[in-house]
Amino acid sequence: MAGVRVLVGTRKGAFVLTSDEGRRDWKIEGPHFAGWEIYHVAGSPIDPDRIWASQSGGWFGQVMQHSKDGGQTWDAVGNDFSYATQAGTHQHYDGTLKPWVFNRVWHIEPSLTDVDTVYAGVEDAALFKSTDSGTTWNELTALREHGTGPEWQPGAGGLCLHTILLHPTDENRIFTAISAAGAFRSDDGGGSWLPINKGLLSGEIPQQEAEVGHCVHKIAMHPDRPDTLFMQKHWDVMRSDNAGDQWVDVGGDLPTDFGFAIDVHAHEPETVYVVPITSDYLHVAHEGRLRVYRSRTGGNEWEPLTKGLPQEHCYVNVLRDAMAVDKLDECGVYFGTTGGQVYASPDGGDTWDAIVRDLPAVLSVEVQTLA
Amino acid sequence: MTRVVLPYHLKSLAKVDGEVEVEARTVSEVLDALEAAHPVLRGTMRDAAGKRRPFVRFFACQEDISHTSYDEALPALVLAGSEPLLVIGAMAGG
Repeated sequence: MAGVRVLVGTRKGAFVLTSDEGRRDWKIEGPHFAGWEIYHVAGSPIDPDRIWASQSGGWFGQVMQHSKDGGQTWDAVGNDFSYATQAGTHQHYDGTLKPWVFNRVWHIEPSLTDVDTVYAGVEDAALFKSTDSGTTWNELTALREHGTGPEWQPGAGGLCLHTILLHPTDENRIFTAISAAGAFRSDDGGGSWLPINKGLLSGEIPQQEAEVGHCVHKIAMHPDRPDTLFMQKHWDVMRSDNAGDQWVDVGGDLPTDFGFAIDVHAHEPETVYVVPITSDYLHVAHEGRLRVYRSRTGGNEWEPLTKGLPQEHCYVNVLRDAMAVDKLDECGVYFGTTGGQVYASPDGGDTWDAIVRDLPAVLSVEVQTLA
Repeated sequence: MTRVVLPYHLKSLAKVDGEVEVEARTVSEVLDALEAAHPVLRGTMRDAAGKRRPFVRFFACQEDISHTSYDEALPALVLAGSEPLLVIGAMAGG
């Protein structure tokens, strides 16, 4: 049956939401791993029944789970994310140096070409790779050991590697983003990394145009145009058309360009979605109205999408990994809120409905399009 | 046999109900035995370097033994099976 499977990570467990192509009637399963923080759940683009979940908590640390049956059953896999070399130091919030300490896995990115290969972005920021479905993890050390590492500092959530983008045709090209260090690109499969932050301006660091230190919240790419990247930064929505070598501000007429989530329409590489959040001090929907903004022009010109979304007294946030799109003919758009709602639009954002309203705070939303 | 009571989340992870029994005379041996019997528990009570996770504590016979040597023999009542070793998630929930 064609349809979609929405993988939701929350503060207190994971949920799996499924629907047919109509995306109006939903089956809700969960919580899986009840009581644990599920920062991310992601499925293989090769075999959608292969799914990984990052399960963590302050008491008992990190567990990684793997399902081979689309989330029906799960088995714990490897959870040793020891840094492969001496950990070194990065900046703490107050600018003092702090040793690198593993805390949790923020983001899982299954390979586009090998069903047993999966990447993990962790806090304190580092990139790990598994080639055995998560049984063992090996750090790609060149990123953490980048010479700028001592200048990286944690964002509010920690020094987290939250974005991993794999080039659709060049296995050696990987993009990552770290809060608050910035964006990095590897052209040799993770053997070396180039900071790609030119054009970013950040008032929260002493040198606004610094090579690193920018609080990048999320980067999105359309697979048909892998040199074009869209970024939601702390403040500013940015665009690059040369694989991150240079960024330009495309916030345009957004009511506020602070936010966390960003994604690109599955079939229209110039159609981009963001959820404006009031400010860095007010992590709530702008003006108490939950609005997704859509640009059909690759940025600068944005339209509010409000049908079916609360337009008064709404003070939720939408976190960086909590927006996704499906690949059905009429692209569906999904996002989850810190208030526990998961919204779906089966028509590219024109209309919205809540799949579920009272989950724990949503940390991540991924969508699998099922044949 | 040494009786061990795990906290809710670790019982869920290990898919066990009630107490767990292991052949062990010290905290270290208890952890070794638990992790051998239930590999999913590796990393949840002590990290990869063997250090106790900060929010995990060990109680026995109404004493907190979290800060004693883990190679010391457990209290006699625990070794005799009269009292369990309690693995506790620290009271930090608010």
